[in-house]
Amino acid sequence: MSEGLVVSNLSVDFGAVNAVHELSFHIRPGELVALIGANGAGKSTLIRALSGLITPSQGMASWNGVSLIGQKPEELARQGIVHISEGRAVIPELTVSENLALGGIWRRDKKDVEIAREQTLSIFPVLAARLGQRADSLSGGERQMLAIGRALISRPKLLFLDEPSLGLAPLIIEEIFKTIGALRTQFGLTVLLVEQNAMSALRIADRGLILNLGALVASGTSDELIADPQLRSAYLGI
Amino acid sequence: MFIDTLLIGLSSGAIYSLMALALVLVWRSTRVINFAQSGQAVLSTYIGYEITLRTHNYWVSLPIAIIAGALLGSSIDLLFIRVLTKRVKSGPIAEIAPVIATLGLLGLIQSLIGLIWGNAFLQYPSPLSAKGFTFGTHTIPFSPQNSMIVLSSAAVLAVFGIIFKYTDLGLALRAASFQPEIAQLAGVRVARVRNIGWAFAGSAGAVAGAVITPTSTLSPNSLDLLFVSGFIAAVIGGLDSLIGAVVGGVVLGVGFSFILQYIGSSVTFLMGFIILMIVLLVRPRGIFGSKVGRHA
Repeated sequence: MSEGLVVSNLSVDFGAVNAVHELSFHIRPGELVALIGANGAGKSTLIRALSGLITPSQGMASWNGVSLIGQKPEELARQGIVHISEGRAVIPELTVSENLALGGIWRRDKKDVEIAREQTLSIFPVLAARLGQRADSLSGGERQMLAIGRALISRPKLLFLDEPSLGLAPLIIEEIFKTIGALRTQFGLTVLLVEQNAMSALRIADRGLILNLGALVASGTSDELIADPQLRSAYLGI
Repeated sequence: MFIDTLLIGLSSGAIYSLMALALVLVWRSTRVINFAQSGQAVLSTYIGYEITLRTHNYWVSLPIAIIAGALLGSSIDLLFIRVLTKRVKSGPIAEIAPVIATLGLLGLIQSLIGLIWGNAFLQYPSPLSAKGFTFGTHTIPFSPQNSMIVLSSAAVLAVFGIIFKYTDLGLALRAASFQPEIAQLAGVRVARVRNIGWAFAGSAGAVAGAVITPTSTLSPNSLDLLFVSGFIAAVIGGLDSLIGAVVGGVVLGVGFSFILQYIGSSVTFLMGFIILMIVLLVRPRGIFGSKVGRHA
């Protein structure tokens, strides 16, 4: 049971909204799980706690048996547990090339950093054309690609993706989601995908968790969740 | 006469740039105006002075003073600033507490110096002649010592420029200063990188103290005025821009020099504040400051 991401009884006190209460769930290695819920349901709070940005008030979380709690975000990142935060997590003042380099800055295997960089640029050719530009000159979709690209260069194993669709046009959203699905297969990633955009997320996910007011209210395979009429109207917005 | 004034201005501007650079390095890494900077610089200078007295060799003392400055900067961050920012996270004094701490540290360092070396004005032996270069019959006020000041400042600025632009460490320093959270999530050890920022600042201040002090005297407060000029220069430049610090320093140095030459010494410092006020009113973020503030 210690394989993959195990979260048990996890609570974060965070004022009245955005808190999470006694969450327990399990993600197997290689799974893509969508975490769905309305604004303020506690989705971001949960992954901020899992990636070491905030300290939970109780409970535990582990990845392949190693506890995530009490570790700093930078140390987790160096173990392949990478959190791409909400709203295009790039550094606007740096160039595209520098943002990418940041993903491999701490890695010893510089040869593999170079290989990962080449792979990333072939996955996102639009970045290859903009290497010298500052990241704040990119469009929203390009910035999201850059954030994902930077994560790929650090050879992640477990990816926390916070609202990659936020503020993007529908066509771009589809493209980003398709890419996430493809990357997960190509690199054998385990992904926890946080989304308000429930349908798009569930379409590429194996399973879904539905969070409401900081508590898990439903979970199941994507097909089950989409088929459930009550969930559809209450949480999936269809 | 014009060239002479310009050269003298460059020499003092170079020193202002170094001091401004030290302030900018700390500001960028920790968002603290480090009032202890002049204390740190003067303490490193006393250490250099002591080494010079014992070895009779300025060139041995210079690198030791630089290392001492770096260690001093790093320890201040580790022992005081980091502890404070960890303990005082929120509330009305969270942002101001570390700044006040640096003011306290300034007093602490200066009294410590008084205890060890006394408060007398000491003469720091100069490695190079302070007599101006002579061209034919005309002796200009710019001496070999002045050229050392300009060259060593330029060297420090170049070294930092190269580190920031072309090395992994520089990239980490920039990332940590622009967006600490994103840098952290990318695997940058932000606390360590900040500490290196403090060390760099300390060494820049140490160079400033070591090259300027032989032109005057050494006392616990001897670099306080330099701090004020450095601060004005940093604000003119934009506080978070390294290039801004250099430009701000040179502009201020040359400006002061011309005012001194053509108007008189009584108004120089007044002019400094007038320039500062104009910059703050017309362009509050400074000449090279970034438009947006730092996020979370």
